[in-house]
Amino acid sequence: MIDWQPLWLSLRLAVLTTAILLLLGIPLAWWLASRRRQWKAIVEAVISLPMVLPPSVLGFYLLLAFSPSSGPGRLLDHWLNIRLVFTFPGLVIASVIYSLPFMVNPLLAGFRNLPADLHEASRTLGKSDWTTLIHILLPNLRAALITGAVLSFAHTIGEFGVVMMIGGSIPGITRVASVAIYDEVQSTHYPEANHYALALLALSFSILLLVYLINHRHNKSPL
Amino acid sequence: MTAPGTGLHFKATKTLHTASGSQLLDIEFHLKQGSLLALYGPSGAGKTTILRILAGLTDTNTGYIRMNDEVWLDTGNLTNPSAQPRTDGNLPTQPLPGTRHTRLPTQSRSIGFVFQDFALFPHLTVRQQLEYALPKNADRQMVNDLLEMMQLQELQHRKPALLSGGQQQRTALARAIARRPSLLLLDEPLSALDDEMRFKLQDFIAKAHRFYGLTTILVSHYLPEIFRLSDDVIVLENGRIQKQGPAPQVFLEEKISSKFRTTGEIVDIQPADIVYIVSILSGNNIVKVIATAAELAGLHVGQKVMIASKAFNPIIIPLS
Repeated sequence: MIDWQPLWLSLRLAVLTTAILLLLGIPLAWWLASRRRQWKAIVEAVISLPMVLPPSVLGFYLLLAFSPSSGPGRLLDHWLNIRLVFTFPGLVIASVIYSLPFMVNPLLAGFRNLPADLHEASRTLGKSDWTTLIHILLPNLRAALITGAVLSFAHTIGEFGVVMMIGGSIPGITRVASVAIYDEVQSTHYPEANHYALALLALSFSILLLVYLINHRHNKSPL
Repeated sequence: MTAPGTGLHFKATKTLHTASGSQLLDIEFHLKQGSLLALYGPSGAGKTTILRILAGLTDTNTGYIRMNDEVWLDTGNLTNPSAQPRTDGNLPTQPLPGTRHTRLPTQSRSIGFVFQDFALFPHLTVRQQLEYALPKNADRQMVNDLLEMMQLQELQHRKPALLSGGQQQRTALARAIARRPSLLLLDEPLSALDDEMRFKLQDFIAKAHRFYGLTTILVSHYLPEIFRLSDDVIVLENGRIQKQGPAPQVFLEEKISSKFRTTGEIVDIQPADIVYIVSILSGNNIVKVIATAAELAGLHVGQKVMIASKAFNPIIIPLS
């Protein structure tokens, strides 16, 4: 009988990561898009690093940072009694960092493509930046929001290297589906590995299909 | 002159970067409460920039803006010799004490802004655009009044993508007014429309301006519009005020940038559908010019007039 726990854990991780990324990504992308400054290029480069870096590199440095024997991990452990290495919260934080560009970049492009006078028109109507963001900008960024959310979700489901480095493979805590596949193959349990692999394949395909269907609909109908 | 404290005081300098190099915008004027000012001039003269400075959407080198009793902008460096504008205006050369370094953000200025391309919100219906603009605790009946005044009731549940240019323009105008501004700024709002639609919309602007007691600034390239709507006109060139005063006075004294101009005497006025055909004897020739009822006001057979044309139909201006 297949053990559903790794798949369930992957889903939980992806949902949490996507939710946090939405809350984090919207203000971040908005701020990046608001005024062009040379040094903002540095911030953009840092955000996009996980797209090009081998996941093991990111995982390695996060492992060092989270380690209770040094740096920030030690402070967290000492003052707040929080451990991030080999724990689920640690996985969430690592996933947020790892998937950040998949949320921020579509949103950034979306903000930059909005006509500048939408924001200006709202301000001339006496509305604050916050009201403008919620009532005018975000409703016109639906496509970018959906793309960002779906890509972050899918990317989190698919991550392996970072999870491996930070979380290891503790059943029910950090053993997500992608890690479970690796474990099963290591133990030559190919049918079990195939269960997880098939489930991930079906999930990934459905998600991408959804994105393309939404995009097609958006292109056809006026807002 | 009105009493100090009422109307709009505007004084600003700003370096403009245009295709022909940079130049200094250096403008100062006073506008009476409830009046309608037209800004006229070639593109690049700084007309839109003045509106944007008033709205707080563009920064200035130096500036002082006061609307009635409220200071919107005071950079506090008006006495800086390198940026000292002319001193023959109505403004205090020194800002009022205690008001230095004021810069009210756009959302705190009581303005209505109609953008050249209308800037309607794509995801909101006509009614929702107006409701969004309505200040908190405002009487929601105003939305219905404006929809009726602008003849938008039938279209109130449509989104901008399904509106014609004229309908979008009316929506943008209604939205700017729904906010109950004291200063209405119109940036060539009629430039994209055909003549018939223009006349209709000029009436809407005139009606709204009077009904809501607005002080209005209209950027326009189109002389009949300026003659019909404005109390005063400022002609801008190269970032400076060339002429200022009521339209007939400004445009008759000096060559306007018209392609064609002649004088004559009105010999006949005949109605034709919704317009009139005016026959004017100029030299030995009869010139026929189309005019609307509003344009005919003050014209009669036997009157001496000037006919001037910029790009379209000539306009007729009384000389006696």
